[in-house]
Amino acid sequence: MNVATQPQRPTAVSVAGLRKAYADKVVLVGVDLQIAAGEVFALLGPNGAGKTTAVRILSTLLRADAGSATVCGYDLDREPHKVRSVIGVTGQFSAVDPLLSGEENLALMGRLHHLSGTDRRARTIELLERFDLVEASRQVAGTYSGGMRRRLDLAMTLMGRPQMVFLDEPTTGLDPRGRQTVWQQIRDLAAGGITILLTTQYLEEADRLADRVAVLDGGRIVAEGTPGQLKSRLPGAHVRLRFAHRSSLDAAARALPASRPDEEGLVLRVPHPGGVRPLREMLARLGDDIQVEDLFIHTPDLDDVFFALTANPSRGQIR
Amino acid sequence: MTNLAIAAQDSATMLGRELKHTRRLFGLLFVGSILVPVVMLLLFDYILGGAIGLGLGGREGGRAYIDFLVPGILMMTVAAGSSATAINVCTDMTGGIFDRFRVMAVGRGALLAGHIWVSVLRTLVTATVVIGVGVMVGFRPRASGWDWVGLIGIVAAFSFAVTWLSAAIGMAAKSAAAANGWTLPIQFLLPFLSSTFVPTDTMPAGLRWFAERQPFTPVVDSMRDLLGGAPIGSAAYLALVWCGVMALAGYLWTRLAFDRGSR
Repeated sequence: MNVATQPQRPTAVSVAGLRKAYADKVVLVGVDLQIAAGEVFALLGPNGAGKTTAVRILSTLLRADAGSATVCGYDLDREPHKVRSVIGVTGQFSAVDPLLSGEENLALMGRLHHLSGTDRRARTIELLERFDLVEASRQVAGTYSGGMRRRLDLAMTLMGRPQMVFLDEPTTGLDPRGRQTVWQQIRDLAAGGITILLTTQYLEEADRLADRVAVLDGGRIVAEGTPGQLKSRLPGAHVRLRFAHRSSLDAAARALPASRPDEEGLVLRVPHPGGVRPLREMLARLGDDIQVEDLFIHTPDLDDVFFALTANPSRGQIR
Repeated sequence: MTNLAIAAQDSATMLGRELKHTRRLFGLLFVGSILVPVVMLLLFDYILGGAIGLGLGGREGGRAYIDFLVPGILMMTVAAGSSATAINVCTDMTGGIFDRFRVMAVGRGALLAGHIWVSVLRTLVTATVVIGVGVMVGFRPRASGWDWVGLIGIVAAFSFAVTWLSAAIGMAAKSAAAANGWTLPIQFLLPFLSSTFVPTDTMPAGLRWFAERQPFTPVVDSMRDLLGGAPIGSAAYLALVWCGVMALAGYLWTRLAFDRGSR
């Protein structure tokens, strides 16, 4: 497995052959993962790919049918209590107590982590400030907005100073501002040296936050690497030219033999190796007679990787 | 800290949480569990009480039907607490907070301790209120000081048993509404099929057979003995045994629900 990007770091999560099936369907079909300490690792996949199941297993909430895993050096099967003492989990559904205030929710976490009274109070104030919840600290969490709940949820996860944090779809259901805030909080966590495993169905999220990404589909990892590595596996940079008339499209297609018309609209797709010179050459070959309405340069993003790997498996096996 | 000390500390923490819940859901938790028994009390006393009283004739020692009724209503009050417990436990289970506690290595015992003990405390309060209403409409207890102590014991034991069963229902149910629905047999069916409202020997043979053998009858009978100042009979011991059995069944059922599909 590829851990060459951070060869000096110890392993935070090591998973081999993880399998899980329910009565009617197989959810995980032999998952292998290595996550280095301090890394932000994104598990990317469509709905039903098994992301949540993987997180529930690694956070001791669910027992795997087969396979082995260690989290922060502790064996998941033999030492679940040790694992629990070093991890924090923010699930998909906000796990705050709606009848308690933000402050009381944090204090409850502090008590269950057996922090001393002074430490508990200091940590509560620190986290309320850090997550911008000071003003709302005395209101019951049931009255919080979605974004505030998510921030309180994260703050509660951090109360016990975990070494490793699991975030299951941390921004699902948030508005753009809420998403930005949570992203910043995750970056701050990572800057503090905490190992993060996050699941997401948003490619942009994985691209922006993660050091490494694994694409999970149908219960198995279909690709893994840095966002850059994944993107580089796809040939796919191209220029899209849009025309007003069918005749222009046909003329352009004749002038650019490597191109092919898109299925829909009056659009021509031309392979593009990158840089300005090929672009200038292409336009020169079109000449002045062919009227181009619009021009887009498309560089491959994780969306392309995602679709190539998950939508059409027969065509998409590029690993 | 030893494991036991940690469990005790966590239980105290969860107890504090439940007390806060009770304070914040005051109306919801108390109005329902007081209102329903009080309505039943008034309904049976004022509307049905005359006829039932005549029917019973001198068999209850010539005493008013209200003196027969209130111990039954007291038992129903305890049973009515099952709804709130099941709903509260289910809300914890289906919301994410239960998983959060489990990831924090909070034991099953501590997780439920708050619900169990606060539920018993709540029931002692509602039971007191309902007896007070009974006295206002003419109930005259003849219990001695020790009878009252015994009564509190029986109420607490029965509440403890019912609470374990309802906690298990709350853990097994998929939604709060379902949890509430599954407590209806405890709240209404079993009380009606016991000596709560009429003596069992007035019932048709099949029902009577069931009523005399099901756990709620000795509980009502022992409450009736204690409130009426009668000597404590076998009913009280039978009631305590049944409470033990119900509590144990509820406890084992919560274990099962807790372990199902997880660790």
